[in-house]
Amino acid sequence: MEKLDSKIPEGPLAEKWTNHKFNLKLVNPANKRKYEVIVVGTGLAGASVAASLAELGYNVKSFCFQDSPRRAHSIAAQGGINASKNYQNDGDSTYRLFYDTIKGGDYRSREANVYRLAEVSGNIIDQCVAQGVPFAREYGGNLANRSFGGAQVSRTFYARGQTGQQLLLGAYSALNRQIAVGKVKMYSSTEMLDLVVSDGKARGIISRDLITGKIEAHSAHAVLLCTGGYGNVFYLSTNAKGSNATAIWRAHKKGAFFGNPCFTQIHPTCIPISGSHQSKLTLMSESLRNDGRVWVPKTGRKGLTAKEGSAMSESDRDYFLERKYPSFGNLVPRDVASRNSKMLCDEGKGVGTSGLAVFLDFADAIKRVGKSNIEAKYGNLFDMYAQITGDNPYEVPMMIYPAVHYTMGGLWVDYNLMTTVPGLYALGEANFSDHGANRLGASALMQGLADGYFVLPYTIGDYLATIGWDDKVGTDHPAFNEAMAGVNDRIEKLLSIKGDKTVDDLHRQLGLAMWEYCGMSRNEAGLIKAKQVISDIKSEFWNNLKVPGSEKELNQELEKAGRVADFIELGQLMVEDALDRSESCGGHFREESQTPEGEALRKDVEFAFVSSWEFKGENKIQELHKEKLHFENVKLTQRSYK
Amino acid sequence: MNITLKIWRQKNAQSKGGFKTYPAKDVSPDMSFLEMLDVLNSNLIKSGEEPVHFDHDCREGICGACSLYINGKPHGPLQTTTCQLHMRSFRDGDTITIEPWRARAFPVIKDLVVNRTAFDRIQRAGAFVSINTGGVPDGNAIPISKDIAEEAMDAAVCIGCGACVAACKNASAMLFVGAKVSQFALLPQGHPEKKARVENMVAQMDLEGFGACTNTKACEAECPKSIKITNIARLNREYYSAKVTS
Repeated sequence: MEKLDSKIPEGPLAEKWTNHKFNLKLVNPANKRKYEVIVVGTGLAGASVAASLAELGYNVKSFCFQDSPRRAHSIAAQGGINASKNYQNDGDSTYRLFYDTIKGGDYRSREANVYRLAEVSGNIIDQCVAQGVPFAREYGGNLANRSFGGAQVSRTFYARGQTGQQLLLGAYSALNRQIAVGKVKMYSSTEMLDLVVSDGKARGIISRDLITGKIEAHSAHAVLLCTGGYGNVFYLSTNAKGSNATAIWRAHKKGAFFGNPCFTQIHPTCIPISGSHQSKLTLMSESLRNDGRVWVPKTGRKGLTAKEGSAMSESDRDYFLERKYPSFGNLVPRDVASRNSKMLCDEGKGVGTSGLAVFLDFADAIKRVGKSNIEAKYGNLFDMYAQITGDNPYEVPMMIYPAVHYTMGGLWVDYNLMTTVPGLYALGEANFSDHGANRLGASALMQGLADGYFVLPYTIGDYLATIGWDDKVGTDHPAFNEAMAGVNDRIEKLLSIKGDKTVDDLHRQLGLAMWEYCGMSRNEAGLIKAKQVISDIKSEFWNNLKVPGSEKELNQELEKAGRVADFIELGQLMVEDALDRSESCGGHFREESQTPEGEALRKDVEFAFVSSWEFKGENKIQELHKEKLHFENVKLTQRSYK
Repeated sequence: MNITLKIWRQKNAQSKGGFKTYPAKDVSPDMSFLEMLDVLNSNLIKSGEEPVHFDHDCREGICGACSLYINGKPHGPLQTTTCQLHMRSFRDGDTITIEPWRARAFPVIKDLVVNRTAFDRIQRAGAFVSINTGGVPDGNAIPISKDIAEEAMDAAVCIGCGACVAACKNASAMLFVGAKVSQFALLPQGHPEKKARVENMVAQMDLEGFGACTNTKACEAECPKSIKITNIARLNREYYSAKVTS
């Protein structure tokens, strides 16, 4: 307990951030150029913070594994970004956005962090508009808003279904400007493979140039990890193929505590798996549930095609969400919709060749408002669906199935976004803060940019001013040599196993185990079993892996192998955390903790804490530290959607 | 389905490449094109060969990483990204030829992976608004008509994949540059720097070795995001107007 100081400022909620900013130490403008900062990742958090720090005068080194910073996976976010601008005059406010977010997170996040997020949300929109982000507009020329799940006001700003892309390209343009003036040195196609720590402080990183294979050491006064989430532990997810947890996992093993690893968000409306070759899952906006009706046949019909489904009579259909949740119907929150779909498929009522799909049917909506209205609303999504599946959703029902989408857990950070390793920060999805046990739609973009533009640039000054610019070690320091040797050893080991399983084979096995036992619905027996299964996969990995090629060239298999090695260990921690949290909350449903009606039962007395895990050595049990959550402004209530 | 693949293999930038033929058996029509290559690679690894390297990441058509030249067309037979192409677009018994993007400014790194950092350098030459974080006016301070915002968005959807360059017989990057110049030329936020922006971006484009535009419209026909060549017209207009007035 004593190891975790959240550094939440004193005072009333609405004044905390303002007071805190005033109390933070500053670095004199002339001295900023004496500091170097490493930023890993160029998504919304990484690109925005690298640009902002460079504008302030710091020297920044920015790293991304993609060939261009513009390809970071923030680019794929569809829906929008929340901000409490109250442009619609519908009663929005900082407090309302704060309240919705903390309630949506099922009361497992910090009040102070979430309030700050709401407080700076409006600045984000202003900043993006000034960069030339082409947000959707009304006829009068003002910014347009749409509504989104979990809120009763319209506060979501958007750029068609490509909001993440446009916001990222805005941050990328700011980053480019700083690269052009030489304040940011950009390392594309370069992956961070270890964190360097000496005297208890983060001192730099070890990286690998993915094209030449060159291992390099980089030193700095502070290291910022903006490397996104770890949904790819599940192999199949809506993440990009390259999205990985290596940076945060290496940092965890060097002393950064890991917060709430078991909190994963599963999105209900993804395109189902079409076969064992499946490599990724594609998300379709949950706005589809506004008009689509979710159903399965009353009696199990595995193999049923969409065409056969559309011919099925009403009396043979079970609209299970409408039946179980009459007041919310098809619009129940993500976790409830996902869990119910999986439950029915597990009972053998799923459709499609895999039996792992439910119907999302627009026939009634088309009858009610006409095809042209549906086309205007969802045209691009229908086209995308037709492209991927070959079915025409205007004529036959869609098939959908839940998929891993976002990880609320991540490195534990204090109010300043600093991890438990001084000088090491985590921003965006890479940290655990702000979303609690469940993230609301259109909040990920908000958090990434809030951290990068408006939080970290203030808080980092306090640390840098405290240590001073002399407190930096060179890359000739023994800590760098040691970390570099470790990285080289590991690469050599991966290449020397020469077994007969590919990285993907083992990654798929890991994903299946995680999905089965640590997915939407978890129980003690399953989680205990998962520990064994993953441990077997780990031993198979290190004894029977096959990685062709050499380390001195572009070697995509080697890249994947290093990432999967870390996913396996992170998977073990996720299971450990899920076992410990024997309550249901947000995206984490523990079967032992449910109401008589079968709904999630949260246990606030026992579990209103952030679980924060400390690495204690290879193959040792990690130590759990609990950061108690204090709620002084909101009243904790159980969710009900009946 | 059974398919024959003719794939460009090249060890690295220095070595000479060539086509190699591989059979792909029992291909499911529901597979994506890249999943078909995943299966090929898995088989290659197991038989002791090096897998075919190709760029890909999001696999949902937005990151712009995937870049295969399939049967003589960038991203293959559909006007989409390679990752959104499925095997049902082909027929049993087909021979599919897969090459990397071909352009002097996009040198091959390995197999089907090319170096597209030239695109980043063009963006760095001027594709930004010179404002710092903070101290900006309210988002609604400058009204922008819906039509202009939509037109700017039509240009801004570019994913930087390079299909326009690969499609062009001159390997011209005019559509890529035109899209970005248009976005900023249309929006009021881009106006203060419009002259310097277009001049610097075009200068960098030329420096990188991209060819000139001869209005064949191949770029527009192949762009997976349907970016129009009217953006090239606007680029030309912006460029000439900058040149004669600056």
